[in-house]
Amino acid sequence: MTEKLAEWPAHRMHRALVSREVSARELAAAVLRRLDEVERAVGAYVHLREPELVLADADAVDVRLGRGEPLAALGGVPVALKDNMCTRGLPTTCASRILEGFRPAYDATVVERLVGQGALVLGKTNMDEFAMGSSTEHSALGRTRNPWDLGRVPGGSSGGSAAAVAAGEAVVALGSDTGGSIRQPAAFCGVVGLKPTYGRVSRYGLVAFASSLDQIGPLSRDVRDAALTLQAIAGPDPHDATSRPEEPPDFEEALVPDCRGLRLGVPREFYAQGVSAEVRSAVAAAVDLLVEQGADVEECSLPTVAQALDVYYVIAPAEASSNLARFDGVRYGWRAPEPRDYGELFAATRGRGFGAEVQRRIMLGTYALSAGYYDQYYGKAQQVRTLLCREFEQAFERYAALVTPTAPTTAFGIGEKTSDPLTMYMSDVCTVPINLAGLPAISVPCGYTNGLPVGLQVVGRPFGEETVLRVAFALESAADLGRRRPPLLGAQADPV
Amino acid sequence: MARLEVPAGDLDRYRDELGRILDHVARLQAVDTAQVPPTGNPLEVPGVARADNPQPGLGQEQAVAGAPAEHGGMFLVPRVVEN
Repeated sequence: MTEKLAEWPAHRMHRALVSREVSARELAAAVLRRLDEVERAVGAYVHLREPELVLADADAVDVRLGRGEPLAALGGVPVALKDNMCTRGLPTTCASRILEGFRPAYDATVVERLVGQGALVLGKTNMDEFAMGSSTEHSALGRTRNPWDLGRVPGGSSGGSAAAVAAGEAVVALGSDTGGSIRQPAAFCGVVGLKPTYGRVSRYGLVAFASSLDQIGPLSRDVRDAALTLQAIAGPDPHDATSRPEEPPDFEEALVPDCRGLRLGVPREFYAQGVSAEVRSAVAAAVDLLVEQGADVEECSLPTVAQALDVYYVIAPAEASSNLARFDGVRYGWRAPEPRDYGELFAATRGRGFGAEVQRRIMLGTYALSAGYYDQYYGKAQQVRTLLCREFEQAFERYAALVTPTAPTTAFGIGEKTSDPLTMYMSDVCTVPINLAGLPAISVPCGYTNGLPVGLQVVGRPFGEETVLRVAFALESAADLGRRRPPLLGAQADPV
Repeated sequence: MARLEVPAGDLDRYRDELGRILDHVARLQAVDTAQVPPTGNPLEVPGVARADNPQPGLGQEQAVAGAPAEHGGMFLVPRVVEN
């Protein structure tokens, strides 16, 4: 049984810990063993904590259990963190050379909250540099492979987090999502990925990419774990002025395994833009299942979605160029050697410290914000963003949630899209509209094609995570896909 | 503006790539946005300020601990003003 422990969802681990069926040390040891077995092939992590430290944290949980103290939902659960979240004393590099050697002096709020629950931090996961990318190939620290097919990418930018959960190298992981960076890798790796509403989760300690779009959220084995992890990290934070002051509801209570009384919209624009026949057919089958679960489904239209990618690739680089100005070779990380003067220190450090995709976006962003072009690019994009937000508002007057594919294709091959940035950007076509409107959305596995997972995206009203979770839970319960596991892990898993 | 030292050999590639991206996003010009206000924050949530009470912050030692070069608790940079 021990080998399969690593594949348990967190809620099952919690039950087994509370009933003393297993100890936190046994769980941690099982996941560390799995890590040893598969990490060389998968490459999900960029920094691992010493196993002894993880086991010591597990022992502390066992001691508290032994004293009869209550255990939080993620207490004793081994977790992974994307490497753009600050962890006190543990490297935080955003998979960039420019942050080489940087160890933050404080924990991000989400990290503090997970650790406060007694979660066991295993390490930091690989990502596209500064979260800019859709395949994790833009990492300066190595390659992550998709556990379902090692010749394919795990998606991105939270590719390491998705791959770690899929391969049993972490039970739950945190990712960040600026244009789909939680949901698209979740779809590619056959796990659940939730981007909460803008303002639901504190970004304090998240290295900023595009501040009007970034959100932190969970990647998990199932929808219940997504709900429990969101519960752990959500809620107001005095350190983040964009975090909403209201206390979050009980997300687990929302997990009703049917869609009775819910009217769902299927916006046709999400199916228009390069969505493969295999993805269409898997998503259509999932929509049929939702109808069987009691949903009332209608086709609808959000015309401005067709422009969302263009809006995103103006606004996100513009905000990024401003946020990344702080990397100057002075306060943290790497510095180009022997600069002649202050100007050269700045330009040489950034020129050699940032990778090509980050440089492209900084150039694009500064151009879009420059005096002569501001109205034409940034101003215009912000106006079209308004039109998009209005269309979503109108749709949610009629629909409780919208269902779409998460990504236009299944996981693509390593190297397939690196030569042309625009082709890579297209893989975000179904996810970027959601960030522009600040909405909550989840990706849940809805089928397999040619042995690769397909994700369904459920989009909700602002702060409507409960509905999003309910629809995803209904699909997960009806589709019964939970027993599939990546071929890398060998034969069929025990039923959970 | 971007403060990036880009090797001369990479300039043509960047020019070509950025040109194609800009051509793509230029499609936005066709959208009628007369009288449409801009959106900077998706949910129009006003920034929430915390109570203005002093809290402990990072000490000087911690603040410079991650710097590539430091001297006496200060960030060390090349000379800015000539003698």
